[in-house]
Amino acid sequence: MATSIAPFRLRKYHWLAVIPPIGMLAGVPFVNRVHTLVLGLPVLLSWIVGWVVLASACMALLYALDHRAAPEPGERQ
Amino acid sequence: MNAALAIIGFFFVVAVALALLARRGHEMSLEQWSLGGRGFGTIFVFLLMAGEIYTTFTFLGGSGWAYGRGAPALYILCYGAIAYCMSYFLLPVIWRYARDRRLVSQADFFVEKYESRALGILVAAVSVAALVPYLVLQLKGLGIIVSEASFGSVRPSVAVWAGAIALMVYVVISGVRGSAWTAALKDIMIFGVAVGIGIYLPLHYYGGYAEMFARIEAAKPGFLTLPDHGSSPTWFISTVLLSALGFYMWPQYFASVYTAKSEDVFRKNAMMLPLYQLVILFVFLTGFAAVLVVPGLTGSDTDLSLLRISRNTFGAPMLGLIGAAGLLTALVPGSMILISAATILAQNVYRPLSKGATDRTVSVLARALVPVIALVAVVLALRGGSAIVNLLLMGYNLVTQLFPAVVLSLFRRRVMTATGAFAGIVAGVSTVAYISLSGTSLATLLPWAPDAVKDLNVGIVALMMNVAVFALVTLATGRRHVSQQSAAAPLPLTSEQS
Repeated sequence: MATSIAPFRLRKYHWLAVIPPIGMLAGVPFVNRVHTLVLGLPVLLSWIVGWVVLASACMALLYALDHRAAPEPGERQ
Repeated sequence: MNAALAIIGFFFVVAVALALLARRGHEMSLEQWSLGGRGFGTIFVFLLMAGEIYTTFTFLGGSGWAYGRGAPALYILCYGAIAYCMSYFLLPVIWRYARDRRLVSQADFFVEKYESRALGILVAAVSVAALVPYLVLQLKGLGIIVSEASFGSVRPSVAVWAGAIALMVYVVISGVRGSAWTAALKDIMIFGVAVGIGIYLPLHYYGGYAEMFARIEAAKPGFLTLPDHGSSPTWFISTVLLSALGFYMWPQYFASVYTAKSEDVFRKNAMMLPLYQLVILFVFLTGFAAVLVVPGLTGSDTDLSLLRISRNTFGAPMLGLIGAAGLLTALVPGSMILISAATILAQNVYRPLSKGATDRTVSVLARALVPVIALVAVVLALRGGSAIVNLLLMGYNLVTQLFPAVVLSLFRRRVMTATGAFAGIVAGVSTVAYISLSGTSLATLLPWAPDAVKDLNVGIVALMMNVAVFALVTLATGRRHVSQQSAAAPLPLTSEQS
């Protein structure tokens, strides 16, 4: 059992995780001006729903990349 | 006895039976009772986290906000997704530290990281001040749901008592395993019910989703976009960010991190939880459908919109299912809140203040505190006045004040001092209390500022105070403390280690 709490190594592709928060929030002022419907939902709502799904996709991609980048022994089961 | 009540009663009995069965074959030490022996895999942690996050606030409040306020409600769908993106990095680090040091509560994390029991007591006090009103909210919600769904044949006070007694019994007996098992039932029920009615109601009353939104926009122009002032995009973005930072700072979420058996659990959950989050979309659709179908609800009555439109639409059996789902959304988070509050009081207030408390006493005390906390919550739910409402509004901002001290403790070398953390949290919490009680906003603080600044969520002021005081006090006390602490051995958390 490790006693140090070395944070796991950050890699370049970890920047993927900041895309959904920034994309979702930065777009809010712009899509908020539009009064049309997309897929039957108000633009603001479909924008947010789209980013929630993308957040899941980004996390899945991160997970896959992290698993390919040599898992540390004993850390992953 | 009507059919709706029979169905609610059936699910109530099944939930309690599941919770009691969960205990089988497990010795109940504190680590078992409040953390399930740190043995939960991806599915159990998912059930617990989804179970805690979708509370009566999501069910009644989410639809109520969509019904009463329109577009600003959408913030509820945003902050979870952002918190999950953070969780991919944050939770494994917290989990690993907690496992190595055998931490059982959130306050333990602060005690160990900053080597200060006083800080643990402060965090415990903040936690309980946020948790008890949250439990009261669940019980109040439970009373409303059962009473409305049974067509008024059960009074809210009777439902509150029945719910609280069931919680006390199964929490004392089964601990967090009981929560996890009932969460399985709850997560499936709420998914089926919320998605089902969210899809059905707009089709039934408006003939489609686009038609529904077109008619709402025609009846209430601007309802589906954020206004230019007040709940503007600035308000929206700042509120989402603050809520995302506070998300995992709730003591019961934080403690559910400790229940995992490996850190991979969190990385998998970071991709699953955002999708489950979409349940909220369907809760919104129900609230929007209610806008033109059951108009006229105002103030806190907007929380009834989901139940009222359901009563107007469905027969007793479907209403019973909705009531049962609502009941479970109160019981599961309620049980986690009870376990956390009791664990914190026994582990982080009683243990440091009493010399020579054994693990066994602390474990027994934690369970003995459950009925006490539950009774306090029942009394407040049945006769609580405006004070409890104030505490509720403060809850999220209170726990958010713990965020800086958690994040700044994650560096390999200690950069901040315990005195700094203590002072920062005190400053932040005091600011939250002052702001909430005096009704201050940035518009009243800075009347000359541009609108974009005035609409910022005022919680940001408290967080900035917190960080500023934290940094200044750390600079003032830094060198001496850090050198002392690097030489000191970690404080024992359990008597076995000492």
